[in-house]
Amino acid sequence: MTLSLTTEPDMERATPQGLIHPGPAGNQASNPVKVDSERVSVFYEGKQALNNVSLEVQERRVTALIGPSGCGKSTYLRCLNRMNDTILNCRVTGSIRLDGQDIHEPTVDVVQLRARVGMVFQKPNPFPKSIFDNIAYGPRIHGLFRHRDELDGIVENSLMKAGLWNEVKDRLQEMGTGLSGGQQQRLCIARAIAVNPEVLLMDEPCSALDPIATARIEELIDELSTNYTIVIVTHSMQQAARVSHFTGFFHMGDLVEFDSTERIFTNPRQERTKDYITGRFG
Amino acid sequence: MTRSHPTPEQLLARRHAADRRFRLYGLAGLGIAMVALVLLLGTMLLQGWGVLLQARLTLPIQFDPALVDPKGDRSPASLAMGDYRVLVSRALQEALPEVKERAQRRTLGKLMSDGASYQLQEMVLANPALVGTQQQVSLAASDDVDMWLKGTVSKDIPENQRRITDAQAGWIATLEKAGALGLEFNSDFFTRGDSRDPEMAGVLGAIKGSFLALVVTFLISFPLGVATAVYLEEYAVKGRWADFIEVNINNLAAVPSIVFGLLGLALFLNFMHMPRSAPLVGGLTLALMTLPTLVIATRSALRSVPQAIRDGARALGASPLQVVLHHVLPLAVPGMLTGSIIGMARALGETAPLLLIGMVAFIMDVPDGFTDPATALPVQIFLWADSPERAFLEKTAGATLVLLGFLLAMNGLAVLLRHRFERRW
Repeated sequence: MTLSLTTEPDMERATPQGLIHPGPAGNQASNPVKVDSERVSVFYEGKQALNNVSLEVQERRVTALIGPSGCGKSTYLRCLNRMNDTILNCRVTGSIRLDGQDIHEPTVDVVQLRARVGMVFQKPNPFPKSIFDNIAYGPRIHGLFRHRDELDGIVENSLMKAGLWNEVKDRLQEMGTGLSGGQQQRLCIARAIAVNPEVLLMDEPCSALDPIATARIEELIDELSTNYTIVIVTHSMQQAARVSHFTGFFHMGDLVEFDSTERIFTNPRQERTKDYITGRFG
Repeated sequence: MTRSHPTPEQLLARRHAADRRFRLYGLAGLGIAMVALVLLLGTMLLQGWGVLLQARLTLPIQFDPALVDPKGDRSPASLAMGDYRVLVSRALQEALPEVKERAQRRTLGKLMSDGASYQLQEMVLANPALVGTQQQVSLAASDDVDMWLKGTVSKDIPENQRRITDAQAGWIATLEKAGALGLEFNSDFFTRGDSRDPEMAGVLGAIKGSFLALVVTFLISFPLGVATAVYLEEYAVKGRWADFIEVNINNLAAVPSIVFGLLGLALFLNFMHMPRSAPLVGGLTLALMTLPTLVIATRSALRSVPQAIRDGARALGASPLQVVLHHVLPLAVPGMLTGSIIGMARALGETAPLLLIGMVAFIMDVPDGFTDPATALPVQIFLWADSPERAFLEKTAGATLVLLGFLLAMNGLAVLLRHRFERRW
């Protein structure tokens, strides 16, 4: 993938959508490709939901997928950890490679794949268990620790990274479902990173949250991007602009345009992208 | 002339009126249901309270060795052969020495239950040291005396239409005055099996039969039903086959229970040659009947677990079995338990299938195991309701109250369990 950036300096903070993420230092030095998808199509009961999508997700960068409802962005996201496997009559074609290995190969264990590619959902979905058990669940089923102390460390570390430790450290045995919406979502993020995934998929993680909780999650995404490759689906263009380094615009099952976030929001190549960014449809 | 449309104010008034009417209908329906319930329970209590009491004669019994132990060796065989009827009639005659004539003595003997001599025999067999002693023993009076004392039958009707003659009524009065005859707590009803004599009949045999059958039903239908429901809901590929199976299970749940009785008869008795009248077979038959209901209840409990929980577990890399065992089943437990307890309650009240596999037989012994011949509570009610003796009416109502009590307890347990497990949310 080439990144030809011709951003004019005065455009950087001047778009109506607000602040644009400054992007990685230099931007020209692109990171290695983590997830590489080629001509990915998805069919639900014979109806095509995704049409030949090819895009490359760079390591330790935030890639945002935007587009109007039903455009296929969530469908694409769910291909990356094969969550579509569980949906009846859903067929995925094309190839998706994680570190060069096709995730649909028979040698790939989907359970292992999902340990490497974590996911956070639209609606916070903590298990109706204690906060501790929520975080500890992944490490427990994957056998990521030898002693109880190690598990305690994993839980603390995950909650720290998710910025929730200070709020819950004294009530780890309380129900995860008793937290506020924003806290629950951070708990889900902590739960996902507790198994130490390489890629973190986020499916509209803020759409059920209030603006303050949203800001908190966005901050968190920024922090996490130093260690994790993040792919985030979002309804909100402002959010994509704020948190991502790269943005893909989906429309009616097509990936219309994929480029650096700066480029997409300032100087999109495609007319459709421009129309969507400027709010003419969507 | 065109009809004018109602004004908004009129419409509003009508809407409110409709609301009030609807609430009234609801209240009326509820009221009718409550009245029916009170009537049912009231009648049962009125008719059945009497089983708690039983007319008993307390007499000094002389355990004459010559009569009780014909061989004289105190062996159980010898003691079992003893003539205990004479002991009873002797005691009665001593209590009422003025009765001398032979025919009159026979009518006097009718005051005592036929079971009294068996009661003495049981006492002696349990404790052979009684032989040769004299004991004050409380013996069951006959059902006619019992009803006479309780006032179940009117004392004003002409003598030739009564079961108790004027002479007997006089003796009853004398015995009562002497303190030898009175109503006592009827423990026999709760500690004995069925009997031809109403005063000796108890529900323990039926309760144990029902209990044993339900244990079998639960052990078979719960694991099988849950496993089936989990497979259909969480694993089976949705499609034509799944639909076909679902339709069939729903149909099975609606099959009349007597058909399951026929299946049990053909399968367990005629084909597998299991013992007739046994709680084991009753339980298996009831399990066949309960299974579809349980599968349906469990499936709906599983379906009510939010998809987000499954997705969350799956996205963390949980295997399908881990998703089910760690997340879905624990959340579905309240629904599953409620469903299975209600299924069990239905099985407890079921009569028809049991008739076909022989649990309708007259069985006096309280069953000790799953293969002992037994009857069940609803069948016992059916049997007693069918008996000609007037005194069985009271037993029928009493057994019905016992059955209702068990059903109430089971449904209460279901509510309690649901309440308890649902707090986890």
